[in-house]
Amino acid sequence: MAEPKPPIVRIRNLSKSYRRGSQVIPVLEDITFDIPDGEFLALMGPSGSGKSTLLNLLAGIDTADRGSIQVGGVEITELPEKELAGWRATHVGFIFQFYNLIPVLTAFENVELPLLLTHLSRRERQAHVETALRVVGLADRVEHYPSQLSGGQQQRVAIARALVTDPTILVADEPTGDLDRYSAEEILNLIDRLNREAGKTVIMVTHDPRAAEKAHTIRYLEKGILSDVSA
Amino acid sequence: MYLLKLLWRNSFRHRLRTTLTIVGITIAILAFGMLRTFINAWYAGVDASSASRLVTRNAISLVFPLPISYKDRIRQVDGVKTVSYGSWFGGIYIDEKNFFPNFAVEIENYLKLYPEFVLPPEQLNAVVHDRKACVVGRKLAERFGWKIGDTIVLKGTIYPGDWEFVLRGIYRGKEQGTDETQMFFNWDYLNETMRKLVPRRADQVGFYMVGVADPSHAADVAAAIDKTFRNSLAETLTETEKAFQLGFISMTEAIIIAIQLVSFVVIIIIMAVVANTMAMTARERINEYAVFKTLGFRGCHIAGMVFGESLVISMTGCAIGVALTYPVARAFGTALSDYFPIFNVAPVTIAMDIGAALMVGIVAAIFPTWRAVTIRIADGLRRIG
Repeated sequence: MAEPKPPIVRIRNLSKSYRRGSQVIPVLEDITFDIPDGEFLALMGPSGSGKSTLLNLLAGIDTADRGSIQVGGVEITELPEKELAGWRATHVGFIFQFYNLIPVLTAFENVELPLLLTHLSRRERQAHVETALRVVGLADRVEHYPSQLSGGQQQRVAIARALVTDPTILVADEPTGDLDRYSAEEILNLIDRLNREAGKTVIMVTHDPRAAEKAHTIRYLEKGILSDVSA
Repeated sequence: MYLLKLLWRNSFRHRLRTTLTIVGITIAILAFGMLRTFINAWYAGVDASSASRLVTRNAISLVFPLPISYKDRIRQVDGVKTVSYGSWFGGIYIDEKNFFPNFAVEIENYLKLYPEFVLPPEQLNAVVHDRKACVVGRKLAERFGWKIGDTIVLKGTIYPGDWEFVLRGIYRGKEQGTDETQMFFNWDYLNETMRKLVPRRADQVGFYMVGVADPSHAADVAAAIDKTFRNSLAETLTETEKAFQLGFISMTEAIIIAIQLVSFVVIIIIMAVVANTMAMTARERINEYAVFKTLGFRGCHIAGMVFGESLVISMTGCAIGVALTYPVARAFGTALSDYFPIFNVAPVTIAMDIGAALMVGIVAAIFPTWRAVTIRIADGLRRIG
């Protein structure tokens, strides 16, 4: 029997609420779960269930009201903003629904962006960017601006940008939400390949059951409560 | 290099808006530079004045003359090195619109007091020995196409009649700020004519120009001259040439203050325009700033982007505005040479242009930067740019 992998993400008693005027709206309530290293997890649930909030919290771009989040052994809820920014730069790769590429930068420059925060030389950065673009199959589109690329191609550039720093976890928020079926399938296959071949831990929020099927594990969030493992 | 490229491309993402903003800054900087140059032109006489020259005039008013007999008594005051004298002639050449300053002066000592008026020795000699001779500045000679030997006729306004002069000398300014639009002729010519026509107006001068041996004692010398003529029929008021010139300027001080205020208002208005542009830009890019933060960029990086973009726009407008200031000032100077013989763009004006543009760029970016830096990433990502 194979030994279970140690968790790369440990979440304990996590709660988050939003305030609208004098009204407090709970979004996540006392969530506790682990994500093993190398996992491909899909988070599903209806709109407003808190799945994007949970993704943001474990990626360090939002702050919890209570609870603990450890990623790779680092308690990120205790990191000050400056250190948290540095941690995100090196440990988290983001894939957004609307790609969020910088329109005035070429595909190459968009992928290079996170590397500007490293100490890599220009030549080293170039090598990393070329590798990342080759992995996503866009080696021939380096000089193209986002407006010159299709939705699927833009998302692949976004994936290359997420990969280029070799992060600990990849988080994807509805990565196929803005794509046609064919492009969505391509992107899911690419993410799946990164998980299987490169061993990247992937946490993906999706509404799409077909997308979720690619994941090893699916968890449901409803009214801030996380349900059991279902895949 | 990468960030500079990003700043430049971001600055021109909305070409029309950025172009209009740059045009606005260009016009503001041009207007600011021209207004400052106009003020400098107003003070040109003050700037050109020397600490070693004093002006002695009638204590009641400049319009009242002083006796020529004061010359020797002034000369005897301790600390006085040179004395010359003269009168504002106020003659008109053909038509009133051809205005230029013209003075009857004791020319030999007068030119010694003004070494910045450079006259060839042979021309000086010719002027001194020809009673009807006159000397004009280079720009004035060019304006009317006068050459050495030409006869110039001025119509007297203060001193009646037509006055004929022979052009014997054309002076050049030693420095850029030297006035080359004046005319001087021998005071003796004026005095002898007045002696014949209106004897009661003869042997009187409008002012004495006094050269002091040591400028640091100018105040003492001035006091000593005035003391010499205290309780006389024509008491004197002696002041430095600078104070004398400032006395003229003070008559128009309200206009100068108004021009200065307008020049600063122009900068404040363009600051509001650029601030509006930057506020719109920051609002549209909140999503992008959130992406940058997500990728690990910190507040200082975001601030650098917003400030950088604001400065790229303001300094581009400034560069074009400064480049245009020179030809526009030259054209203005030519058109207004009758009123402003010195109309040069001073280095300090350019420094003020650059300072104003820097201030506009920085102040306009403060609020957008604060918004961009303080927005929560999750909130920023929810906005679709």
